[in-house]
Parts: sequence; structure tokens; C-alpha cells
Amino acid sequence: MSQFLKLREFWLAVLIAALVFATNMRAPGFATPERFAGIVEDSSILMILALGQMVVILTRSIDLSVASNLALSGMIVALINKAAPGIPVPALMLIATSFGLLLGALNGLFIWRLGIPAIVVTLGSLTIYRGVIFLIAGGQWVNADAFSSSFVAYTRIEFLGLSLLVWYAVVIVIAFLILMSRTSLGRSFYAVGVNPTAAVYAGIDVGRTTFYAFCLSGLLSGFCGYLWVSRYVIGSVEVARGYELTVVAACVIGGISISGGVGTVAGAVLGALFLGVINGALPVINISPFWQMAISGAAIILAVVLNGRGAKRGQRLILKNAEAAA
Amino acid sequence: MSLQSTETRRIPDRLGTPLKSAIFSWPSLLIVVAVVLFVVNSLASPYFLSPWSLSDATFNFTEKVLIALAMALLIIAGEIDLSVASIIALASTMMGLALQYGANTPELVLIGIVTGLVCGAFNGFLVTGLGLPSIVVTIGTMSFFRGISYIVLGDEAFKGYPASFSYFGQGYVFWVFSFEFALFVVCSLIYYVLLHRTNFGRQVFAIGNNDVAARFSGIRVERVKFILFLLTGLMSGIASVLLTSRLDSTRPSIAVGWELEAVTMVVLGGVSILGGAGTIQGVVIAALIMGLVTFGLGLLNVPGIVMSIVIGALLIFVIALPILFRKFRNRRR
Amino acid sequence: MTSQKEPKIELSGISKSFPGVRALHKVALRLYPGEVTALIGENGAGKSTLVKTMTGIYQPDEGEIRVSGKPVVLSSPHAAFQAGITAIHQETVLFDELSAAENIFLGHTPRTALKLIDWRAMNARAKSLLSEIGAAHIAPETKLKELSIANKHLVAVARALSVNAEVVIMDEPTAALSYKEIQDLFELMDLLKRQGKAILFISHKFDEIYRIADRYTVFRDGEMVGEGLLKDTSQQEIVRMMVGRAVDQVFPKKQVTPGPEVLKVVGYSHPTEFDDIGFSLRKGEILGFYGLVGAGRSEVMQSLFGITKPSKGAVRIDNEVAVIRSPAEAVEKGIVYVPEDRGKQGAVTGMPIFQNVTLASLNKTSKHGFLRLAEEFKLAREFTERLDLRAASLDQHVGNLSGGNQQKVVIAKWLATKPRVIILDEPTKGIDIGSKAAVHEFMSELASQGLAVIMVSSELPEIMGMSDRIVVMREGRIVTEFENNADLKPEALVRAAAGIGEAA
Repeated sequence: MSQFLKLREFWLAVLIAALVFATNMRAPGFATPERFAGIVEDSSILMILALGQMVVILTRSIDLSVASNLALSGMIVALINKAAPGIPVPALMLIATSFGLLLGALNGLFIWRLGIPAIVVTLGSLTIYRGVIFLIAGGQWVNADAFSSSFVAYTRIEFLGLSLLVWYAVVIVIAFLILMSRTSLGRSFYAVGVNPTAAVYAGIDVGRTTFYAFCLSGLLSGFCGYLWVSRYVIGSVEVARGYELTVVAACVIGGISISGGVGTVAGAVLGALFLGVINGALPVINISPFWQMAISGAAIILAVVLNGRGAKRGQRLILKNAEAAA
Repeated sequence: MSLQSTETRRIPDRLGTPLKSAIFSWPSLLIVVAVVLFVVNSLASPYFLSPWSLSDATFNFTEKVLIALAMALLIIAGEIDLSVASIIALASTMMGLALQYGANTPELVLIGIVTGLVCGAFNGFLVTGLGLPSIVVTIGTMSFFRGISYIVLGDEAFKGYPASFSYFGQGYVFWVFSFEFALFVVCSLIYYVLLHRTNFGRQVFAIGNNDVAARFSGIRVERVKFILFLLTGLMSGIASVLLTSRLDSTRPSIAVGWELEAVTMVVLGGVSILGGAGTIQGVVIAALIMGLVTFGLGLLNVPGIVMSIVIGALLIFVIALPILFRKFRNRRR
Repeated sequence: MTSQKEPKIELSGISKSFPGVRALHKVALRLYPGEVTALIGENGAGKSTLVKTMTGIYQPDEGEIRVSGKPVVLSSPHAAFQAGITAIHQETVLFDELSAAENIFLGHTPRTALKLIDWRAMNARAKSLLSEIGAAHIAPETKLKELSIANKHLVAVARALSVNAEVVIMDEPTAALSYKEIQDLFELMDLLKRQGKAILFISHKFDEIYRIADRYTVFRDGEMVGEGLLKDTSQQEIVRMMVGRAVDQVFPKKQVTPGPEVLKVVGYSHPTEFDDIGFSLRKGEILGFYGLVGAGRSEVMQSLFGITKPSKGAVRIDNEVAVIRSPAEAVEKGIVYVPEDRGKQGAVTGMPIFQNVTLASLNKTSKHGFLRLAEEFKLAREFTERLDLRAASLDQHVGNLSGGNQQKVVIAKWLATKPRVIILDEPTKGIDIGSKAAVHEFMSELASQGLAVIMVSSELPEIMGMSDRIVVMREGRIVTEFENNADLKPEALVRAAAGIGEAA
């Protein structure tokens, strides 16, 4: 139990519960299952992206191109749907996901094969991917009336009271729980982040593992491309602009260390949920939604400050032995 | 080892000549790129070589370079500030607020600059005072600073800046030379001297190479880094004055995405993203290149977003090419 | 112990070059089952290159490796791992954030039928492996960062056993261990010997080598210069092979009459690292600090230098109270510190020699804060030449110099500040014998010129050869202080440092 109390995931969950409770005091009716399901639905895409980003951050890298990747993959399926409404939506999902994977793999190749820092590569691809959206769409938007009804429905159909969008997130979270704790690839992400030198000696290919992390991040961004376009029923150059930093913020709040090797699936999910709860709570308690950005900024700063305090402990105790012997 | 036998073991200062190393340096390569772009541009469009259109072209990068200059020092010291564009927004918002209370032009400028300094000090305190990683801290303050602008402004805008205020972003010092361009030249010189010709600059390099050894050498690492964050805040404040004056309005979405453009300029300029190496010359020429590309494509009626593809590709390939070349050469050997 | 035995692993004619350096030249090495072979050589002799070749990090340019008589190609660390070769490294590089069990099994974890990691089986097997080597006190679920260095070694050994490694390489495993922990490690190595493992043991300490090893192989300048059974040879013989000439260790200590007191430390304490430290230092004196690794000596020195804050106590310089809150203030007051970790704390390896030398005295070479390169070169030349630095040019990067020459650059940096007290922390650790002598000679000369010197060293000959007085520390406290005269026996120092012969 005391071990449990030390987990930051536990405290983050407590904080989220407290936040929901406090909002409910001001605006009764906030803490209902339906409302909460709505918040989870709003945070689903962020959760999925945060999981992909987590894997990248674990390997001591960062992927700033996720939002551009999402927007580009989303635009591609939007255009396909507009041109050929007959193509079944699962096929479009597969296209978005594969295309996202391709974009992620491109990032990964530059980082793995040429050894260029991840922040430089993804900074470059961030602008390139977004520029390409403009090119393929000819500067046009894909508006709500252009989408087929099934394209829009595949995130909205309800199953057991929750929309498919939430179920996608649930499946991906479960898949990640298994990936991160029960497969050697998942453990390699941790090993590479904790100690790259030792990872080499343990027979882990550090570059290849980093490459896989970017593939995974790209794959999820691509899938989210479909989810985003379907949920918000729009395809444009502006889709999810700047969202990469929100994704990083969710990870930081979830306790994923930017220096690599430390972080959990639960942390990433809770980090995303925390931002979702804040977004959901503001309008309910009559605070302008324009407060949201400053609050999530403050949350990130607070999370980093708290993380930093935890890291400073654990010094060497030379004197302790002497005192015990005396 | 060959020196062992010689009687007086006088070690030479340098082996290569400075000229030789200068010719094969990163800035020289960038100059070549810039010249090629210049020639291509002047062939592609008859309007390119006119002094006034060249002067117009400077407006789209001068404000960014001002930030990039300070950012270069910060990155060389092994830190980064992603909140610069948000500082611009906040400083602009504060100026707009002051305007509502009837502030005059000097007061507006003062408020813009002081806001920048306060934001820089806040970042600096979090990073050096609490010992937190700057990349995460400034992702946080990036949301926080711009968030305050949104709280103040919502989807409104401040307008109606006094006529004398418009000089900073629209005025000309002499003939085609704008105030912005003049400030860019002066600041580039100041930063060149600061980084390459002073003790402070030397300490910045030492910290970026190895901050532990720098501390163990008696350098006040925290103080130097704090000053760098302060400088970055200051330059963002100045850029905010220029930009607000040029646009003659303040919106919370002002200068969105500039932090990444400034970082791109710095990295393209040959500053190592890992810290410890880089030159101001490189950053300035990289800025000119980005300006030339944007301007040249603009003359050809290519939309701005497409230029971002070129800039992004430039960033990756300019760094990838030397590595690819080295790999290729090693393989042939 | 018959030499008729077949070697478990045999390397022959191995060469490896890097641009400009010939690291290994046609070396040979044989390791026999159930025996410990000591690999002996100075730093730069090619030991670590050999280890990296055996663990698949480097590919040899030529030569052959046979395991159990069959030629193998160790194309990757994983291949070496599968060939049954495992290494326990300097400072035990493992994964701090992962559990002990995972550290043991990473790369070959037990799987369930669905190919998923079987944590239950992994923890159970880790538990039995750990108890097999007498480490039942380590719970498999413990995160590695919560273990002491000695316990981390035990985890590393358990890892070696878990893969049934036949060849175990131990690269300076004792460097950061206490006396007691070293004895435990040797017992464990005896166990591995009985299990028939072929062990390669790398150490600089002859007492350890003679305690545990059966055979020796000596490297010098990337070549194998001798091998054989330890019982057939003498220590002098091995030293002769190492350095290529006979050396009798003579320390160039000059007799100096100490001047007035420069530094006085009273009741200096830190919450966790040291307690009630008090000593005085006089002009022209060399004060040795002896103790086991981890006795808190470096921590005291770094606190005097302003790196860590003491909780109480006072420092007096020239009989005036001095408050030192940062290295910058220490330098201003004339106290400088040559750290043990040269690469991380001493030299800025990515910068030129002259900039390293002037780094702490920029206010002297500059004018109104502006650099003057000519002055910098002048200052750098003055001090590097006094220290007999070997370098191609003064704008060469420090990272390209040998360890000994890097140390000279660090010392030159401090001498350029004209200090009153210089603290040298393990000043000759890991540097070649030539540079070692140069540093000793210089230290002695500095003292005779009136500088006050503190030398932290774990090497007995060095501490006894160079010091005027010797302070012994153990577990964060000063145990005793000796005048260094002919009556002082090394055994007395060792006993004081290890806490032997006292009521427990």
C-alpha cells in the first residue's frame, strides 16, 4: 500500500477525482457517468497520441511531427472519401494508419540511419508534412457535406453506452499495457531510455528500437488522423495545428520523464484525461474557454516542478553506516 | 609523438591557418547557398533586384532573427526556449492593455520590453533556480504566457496604436533601410561580439560543452544561463514591439509557430542542437537564406505554406547531406 | 591446474586500428575453464579495446576467436552473448529504473505460451539465481537504483549465470567497492571458478590479482608481451613487462620546511556525507588524505570547493573566516580543486587546450570583458610548457589528448589562477606512468614554491611517497592523522582506513 502511495499515477488519479468533485460542488450534475463519458470521449484522441509520444520520449527522443502527421493522414482519407464515397471506412482507417506509419518511419530512418537529433528531424517534418497538406488539397478545405455518412458514423456509433471513438482508445490502451509490460519490444523501450550503453551489451539495437518508437508514434498519429477528421468533420491545413505540444504536455503531466526511461501507460492516459477534465470543467463553471490554455500551461509547469523535486532525492549516504555501527 | 625528440618542446598555437579553416566552415557553405539563391531569384523574377522590393523582403525575417540571435546563445549553452513566440503575444497584449489606459509611445515600448524581461526571468528562474529541464519548462510557459493573452483578449483584438508607434515596424532610417533592418544589423553585431569576443561568450561555449566542468572551473553556470533566458526574453519583447507596430494590432494568436522558425534558423545556421558549438555569422546567413527563399517564392506567387516545405526540407537536408557524404566516402574506402 | 587443459576461449592474432591509432596488434589471449586470468597493462595498453572485441562491440581487423575450439564471429553484442561471453563492467552498467529480475533476464526473458513475458517465472528464477550466489537478501522486484554498487555486482553476476555464460569478463569490478565488499566478490569468483567458468579479471591492484587470479596476460601498447602462471613469476617481473623497463618507484618528494598556516577547517559537517572534519594545512606542505573508496574524502574536498553546502563548521584562510558558497568564490579565495573525474568535471574536452587553460582566469587575459587571444595563448603556453604537455598545437581539442595530458591541462588551468591551496583528487588515477611521474614531480615543486597541497589518493605508495602528513578517513569521519616519517608503516594506514583492530 505504501508502495502504491508513492506512485505519481495514483496521486494524479486522486487529483483528477478531486477536480471532478470540486467542479461538481460549483455545478451539480458534472460528476455524472454521462458527463464523464463525454470527457473521456473528448480526450480519447489525446490519449492515443500521448501513448505514441510516450514511447518516443522513453527512448530519449521527441516527436514534434505528430499533429502534422495526423492532419496529413486525415486529409488523405478525407480526399479519398470525397472522391470515392464507396470505399469502406475500415479500408480508409487502414490507409490513414499505414500512411501515418510511413511518415513516422521516415522520421525514424533519419534519426536511426543518419544520427540527426530527433528534435531537428521532427521539427523539419512538422513543417513539411503540413505544407504537403496544402499541396494535395490545393489549398481547399474538405467540408462537412463532402463526407459520406458512414465516414462520420464510424467514430459515433454507440456500443454499451460509449461511442466507438472511446472503444478505439480502450483497445489501444489495453494493447499498450500488454506491449509495454509483456513484450520484449516494450521492455526494450525502457532499457534504451534508462541506459543506452548497457542496452547495447544486453543485445538490444538502440537505433532500431528508436526507429520502432517513431513508427509506433507515426502509426497512431495516422489512425488519429481518421478519428479527428471523422469526429470534427473537417479536413484542412489548420487541423490540430500546435497540438503536438499538447500531446507532450499530457506526457509531462503524466510523469513521463523527458530524459527517458521513466513513464507508464497509466501516466500517459491520466495526463491526457487531466487536460480533458479541465477542458470539460471550465464551461460548466462559467469560466471562459479562453482560460484553458493558461491553465494547462500552469499544470505543465507544476508537474515539472513536482517531478524535479522527486528526482533530487536518493543521494549516497556515507555517514549512515557509521551511525548504525555507533 | 614526433615532438618527443626535439629539444625545445615549443607547442605551436595553431596547426592550420585560420583562413583555411574559415573557407571550409559552415558559414562559408551557407554563403554559397545564399549566393546561389540570390542569383536564381534574380533570374527568375525581374522585380527581385529592385532595392525597394529587397527592402520589403527584409520585413519577413528581421523580427525572427532578433529572437534567433538570443536563441542561438541559449542553444549553444545547452538550453532552449520554446516560449519566445508566446512572450511576443503576452508583451503585445500588455502593450495593448496599457494603450487602453492611455499609455504613450515610449511607455508602450517600455512595457513591451519589461514584459519580455519578466517572462525571461520567469523561465530562467524555473530552469536555473529549480534545476528543471528547459524544454519542458518552456513548453509549459509557452501555453501559460499565450494563455494569459487569451484570457485578456478572448477573440477580440487591440487596435488603434498611436501614429508615432508605427515607426518601429514601418519606418525607415535612411532611404530603403527600415528601422527593423537597422536594428537587425546592430543586434547581429552586438551578439557577434558578445558570443565570439567576450569572456561571457567563452563561458557560454564552455557551459554548452560540459556544464559540470564549467562549474568546476569557477564559472557561475546558473547566473550565465539566467542571463541568457533574460536576453531571450528581452529580444522577444523587442520583437513584440516591432511586430505589434508593423501589424498595428494585437491578437492572442500573434506570431504563432515562431518559436520553431527561430529554432530552425539557429540549427540551419550551424548551431549544434546538443550545445557547445555554433556561430552568429551562421545564424545571420541562415536567416538571410530563409528570407531569400520566402521572398523568391513569394515573387513567383507560391503560397507561404509551400515555402514551409522548402524550409523544413532545407533544415533536414542541410544537416543530413554532410553526414551522407561522410558515410558514402567511408564506404568507398 | 595443468596447462594441458583446452582453453575455453582463445583469441589469436587479433588486430584493431582506429584512425591514427593502432589499438591492438596481433594479440593473443587464452582463458581456461575454472581459472581466473588477470589482464594486466597500463591505461591505453589496449585492454578495453580487447574487452569490446570479445563482447562484440568492435570487430577485429584481423585474427581469429575460437570458443571451445570452434571459430566464431562475434558480429554483435548479442552474438557474443549467445557464444556464452558476458561482461561485468566498470561501475556495472545496468538499468537503474528496471527491477533486479529484469536486469538479470533482459534479452532472454522467460515467455509464456503466447510469447509474452512471464513475470512470475522470471521473478522465481531470479530469486533462485540470487540465492545461489548468496544474495538472497536482494528481492527480485527491487528497482536496481535502490541497490548498493556491491549488490548491483551481484545482480550482474546472477545475469552471467542466467545465460550459462562460460566466459565471464570482469572489467575493474572492485573499483568502487569497499574492502568487505571486495572480499565478498572474491568468494563469489571462487564459486564461479568451481563451476568451471573461464574468468578474465582486469584490475590495477596487484594484491587483488595475487589473491584471485591463476594466470596473467600482460599487454603493452596494444601488444601481448607476456603470459603465464602467476605462481611462476614475481611482481617485479610483471611490472617490468608492463612498462618495458624496470621501475623502482621513486617519488620526487622534496623536503620543505612548512610555513605559516594557510587553511584551517573546524567541525566541518554535512547531513549525510561527512561529520566533524577538522585539519590544518600549512604553506609548502603536502597533506595526504587516505581512505577506502567511498570514505567521504572527495565529498569533503568538493564541499571546501563550494560544490556542496556544509551543514556546519568553519573554514579559515590565513586566519580569517571564509565563507565559500560556490566554486567561483573558492577560486577567488585561492582554493582550487582538480577533480577525480577528469572527463566529466575537469576538462572541457570539446574545447581547445588554450581555452581550457584560460577558462578560470579569463579576467586576467581579457580587457574590460573582451577576449584577447594573444594573451590567452601566452598564458596557456607558459603553464603547459611548465607541465611538459605533449600536444600537436594549443588549439587542439583536449578530448584528443591522452588521459595524462588532459590532467596536465586541468592542472595548468588552476595554476594559471595563482592559487594558495590546490586540492588534487586522485591526481594520477588512470594515467600512464610517464605522466604520473611528471605530476608527482610537479606537485613536489609546487609545494617547495610555497603552495599548500591537499592530495586525496587511494594508492598507498603515492600517499606515502608524497605526503608530509596523512589524514585517514573512514565512513565520513577522520579516523586519525599520521606524521609521515620513516616509522610509519603502510599496514597502520590500511588498518585505520578499514577499521581493523578496533572494537566493533
